[in-house]
Amino acid sequence: MDHLPTLVAEARDAIHAADSLAALDELRVRYLGKKGEITALLKGLGKLPAEERPAAGERINQAKQALSQELDERRQALEKAALEARLAAERLDVTLPGRGQPSGGLHPVTLTLERIEALFTRIGYDVAVGPEIEDDYHNFEALNIPAHHPARGMADTFYFDATRLLRTHTSPVQVRTMKEAEPPIRIVCPGRVYRSDSDLTHTPMFHQVEGLLVDEDVSFADLKGTIQDFLHAFFERDDLSVRFRPSYFPFTEPSAEVDIECVMCAGEGCRVCSHSGWLEVMGCGMVHPEVFRHSGIDTERYTGFAFGMGAERLAMLRYGVNDLRLFFDNDLRFLRQFA
Amino acid sequence: MKFSEQWLRDWVSPALSTQALADQITMAGLEVDAVDPVAASFSGVVVAQVVAKAPHPDADKLNVCQVDDGSGERVQVVCGAPNVAEGQRVAFARVGAVLPGDFKIKKAKLRGVESRGMICSASELGLEEETSEGILELPTDAPVGEGFRDFMGLDDHTIEVDLTPNRGDCLSLKGLAREVGVLNRLAVEGPALTAVAPVHDESFPVRVEDGERCPRYLGRLIKGVDVTAETPLWMVERLRRSGIRAIDPVVDVTNYVMLELGQPLHAFDRANLHGSVIVRLAREGERLVLLDGQEITLEAETLVIADERGPLAIAGVMGGEHSGVNAETRDIFLESAFFSPLAVAGQGRRYGLHTDASHRFERGVDPALAREAAERATALLLQITGGEPGPLTEVASDAHLPGARQAILRAARLEQALGKALPDDEVAEILERLGLGVTATGEGWTVQVPTWRFDIAIEEDLIEEVARIHGYNRLPVRRPQLRLALRPADEAHTPLGLLRRQMVARGYQEAVTYSFVAPELQQALHPEAVSPALANPISSDLSVMRASLFPGLVRALTHNLNRQQSRVRLFETGLVFRGELDHLHQLPMLGALVCGPREPEGWSGDKAAVDFFDLKGDLESLFALGEPEAWRFEPGEHPALHPGQCARILHRGEEAGWIGTLHPAVRAKLGLKVDALLFEVRLDALTQGRVPAFTPLSRHPEVRRDLAFLVDAELPVQSLLDTIRGQAGEWLVDSHLFDVYQGKGVPEGRKSVALGLTWQHPSRTLNDEEINQLVDAIVAESHQHLGAELRS
Repeated sequence: MDHLPTLVAEARDAIHAADSLAALDELRVRYLGKKGEITALLKGLGKLPAEERPAAGERINQAKQALSQELDERRQALEKAALEARLAAERLDVTLPGRGQPSGGLHPVTLTLERIEALFTRIGYDVAVGPEIEDDYHNFEALNIPAHHPARGMADTFYFDATRLLRTHTSPVQVRTMKEAEPPIRIVCPGRVYRSDSDLTHTPMFHQVEGLLVDEDVSFADLKGTIQDFLHAFFERDDLSVRFRPSYFPFTEPSAEVDIECVMCAGEGCRVCSHSGWLEVMGCGMVHPEVFRHSGIDTERYTGFAFGMGAERLAMLRYGVNDLRLFFDNDLRFLRQFA
Repeated sequence: MKFSEQWLRDWVSPALSTQALADQITMAGLEVDAVDPVAASFSGVVVAQVVAKAPHPDADKLNVCQVDDGSGERVQVVCGAPNVAEGQRVAFARVGAVLPGDFKIKKAKLRGVESRGMICSASELGLEEETSEGILELPTDAPVGEGFRDFMGLDDHTIEVDLTPNRGDCLSLKGLAREVGVLNRLAVEGPALTAVAPVHDESFPVRVEDGERCPRYLGRLIKGVDVTAETPLWMVERLRRSGIRAIDPVVDVTNYVMLELGQPLHAFDRANLHGSVIVRLAREGERLVLLDGQEITLEAETLVIADERGPLAIAGVMGGEHSGVNAETRDIFLESAFFSPLAVAGQGRRYGLHTDASHRFERGVDPALAREAAERATALLLQITGGEPGPLTEVASDAHLPGARQAILRAARLEQALGKALPDDEVAEILERLGLGVTATGEGWTVQVPTWRFDIAIEEDLIEEVARIHGYNRLPVRRPQLRLALRPADEAHTPLGLLRRQMVARGYQEAVTYSFVAPELQQALHPEAVSPALANPISSDLSVMRASLFPGLVRALTHNLNRQQSRVRLFETGLVFRGELDHLHQLPMLGALVCGPREPEGWSGDKAAVDFFDLKGDLESLFALGEPEAWRFEPGEHPALHPGQCARILHRGEEAGWIGTLHPAVRAKLGLKVDALLFEVRLDALTQGRVPAFTPLSRHPEVRRDLAFLVDAELPVQSLLDTIRGQAGEWLVDSHLFDVYQGKGVPEGRKSVALGLTWQHPSRTLNDEEINQLVDAIVAESHQHLGAELRS
């Protein structure tokens, strides 16, 4: 019994010196296991006189508890150190870029077309599309532009033969829709259009969105409201000044050009607006009765409005693109800016 | 149309600044494109008289002049102009004057002779673009000492309006003044017009053979004109400010009257007219040398002015060289006619001509104007060139002159169209000021349309006129009402936007390329393609319609490779055009092109070049948005693609596109130094999806068997998969390849294909025996049909 303090001291030193969980386990077996040294002392209690047993038993139990606690503490310390070592070893440089295929992006014209379509479909318009190689009838005649009409000079047309051509606007889609559908008609027609013109501010192909609404009691006031709402929504500016200027299109009467306050200079006058403070962005008007007649729509019962805009022009204003031709070069350094 | 502001103000002068006037015109629908001062700014220039001129003692070409500039003192000036003369009134820049271009006039010595000032030419004052040959000569009554700017009225602006084709009536000062009068509620007053009394009764015979195209033709013989007379400075200036150069007094007067009243006129040299003037259609093949020197061959639909020897002019477009007025002309025959718009429309373009006359006639010249214009021109000519006018003769075809037109405007319709009721008297006033004859009726107004308004025929035209003058921006703003009716939505349809975004998610940039391409490029990629060619392309590079998206994508690739962009992933959607015009298919397609490394250069991972299966995986990710089982690939041959790396894409058994590596020979032909891979597939097939249909989940265990086969190296794995699926029974829930291997351990000419097959029964546990039977059937069938051997 007298060597208990020595044993405990020895065991303590050994526990503190243990540097692995395995070594610690060995010490637990050596001292506290079934055949361990402390366990042996407990087993030897029976040999003591009865009156000494309680005190001796208590001392041994205290020693056992103390060592057990030391073992647990040491184990926790070792486990903690092991975890820390592992975490330290597994440390990553989280600032390195992620792996895999980076996303691409949509063309700015698509972004613009989708934005315009979304604004109109949300209030009940449908999207309609049609062929790009058209005939004279749908591109001109049915839109009240007979042969030799001076308005044919307004759009330089690409022809294939005497009657077939590349559409100069998406209006033929309106004609086709009106022939098939009964009012009320509410459509927007996005798509490629073609005009034989190529310089700093014209490309032989560009994109248009035209809109058409035909119903009972549609007025010029409804047209103004629709256009004004659209431009405010498109540019996300409710205070954007919008003005309507009388103009001429063979397929609408009355007709108007729509100007907005220059978004580059806030109407102060700059190079983009030719120092006028205004930008021409759309054409519109009330559908000409002759166009309705071609489509078999009753002109006394129904009225309607139509409008049209160039997607590239709106994209340039919206995104600040300064050169129209960039849209069709497909230069990745340009395209990536719209991802 | 360009015009001088001051000229307009002679007709009607509202109390508005130049800019406010321009804005007002613009907002009435006559869009002002430009407002420019008529002269550059300069100062210190006065009207002066050359009182003496002596040769310079030391220079042949210089003269020493004494000038009276109104200051009371003679000023000595050295002048090099050949036309300087004693007694001449000139524009004189005093010492201290500043001419355009910030050119300061100082005291100087020219070859030893003192010179105090400068006698100016028109170009030195910015009045002419080309360098003038001599000094500007002023009229002999020009007041000496008066400021030159005041004398010339140079504090004026040229206003340029871009008129829409319906407003031919505004192609004159008279028409513009009418509009400005309406807008400002002001009376409009033009120059007094009186008929010129003939001084002889000689006329030249006129025969109009085509009264429909030429319903009115007026002519007058003016004898003994002096074509060498000077056109007065005021007229030269007004022409200049309207963008027209002075040429000779006869041409200047016809141009002046055209600008003033809107009536194009033409003057013939009487000496070159033979027999009679005949207005007729050209005979096919007749030839005519035009005023501009160009010789044309006439077509039969062209209306000409001819004499008995042949055509003299294209009616309403351009005169001929041989019949025009020249320096020797003594007697002129003045033409003032009304040609119908359809007779002139398109005729100029047919010969590549666009003239001030054709521009006006195409849009419609007031048929009532011809007489007024002829009288005005005669009066001006007599003032300038002198001469003896004969009677004004007229050949008219009343049946073909535009008849009186009436239109009706209903007050209720006007209110409905504008969303606002306008007071009756405002409506009537607007229409009356525009020159329309207005009669009130119970419902609204009956309107007599004036002869100059070719654009007014129906009620809507009148509504526009009222709205325009009232002001579009004063009309109300309203939102259309609509019924909230739900519309059908096809859930099985995969929207284009989703497909585009999938491509974007797979790392592609969207391209938009021209729908017309270079024929050589298309030929290189699709030697057998037939697609429509433009009759009037803008350049040969953009002259045939694309038969596929490949040419545009390849061109975009080249553009990027040339700019050090070596990793290219592009896609495009759009129509392609296949077949002759009469059997044309305009098909929406989605195409893509990849080139360069699979992933962008980075610190980790893949440095390999993109390959066929990368691209195929991207394409299959599109199929997954619709109906993946509907699609198959089979080996195929396409002229643009590598024969060993090319597949025909089938949708429900029909060809729907192609995928492959650009053929090395084609690549070389196109000058590309790197591999590129492409696909193109029909959008109408890609957008066909399906509505999801639920299958109950089985609670019974799956059974998996892995099988490895040795097959012929050339055998498409697809046929093995088809055979296996055909034998695997209805409970096969998954089958996939997990290894394809050729090399050590596999006999030459064979490959090992390993698959994992998984079965599951919906309502019970499958036993080994069932599975073994299926596997046996698979092995037997594969062996029999494909020569496949199970690897042990």
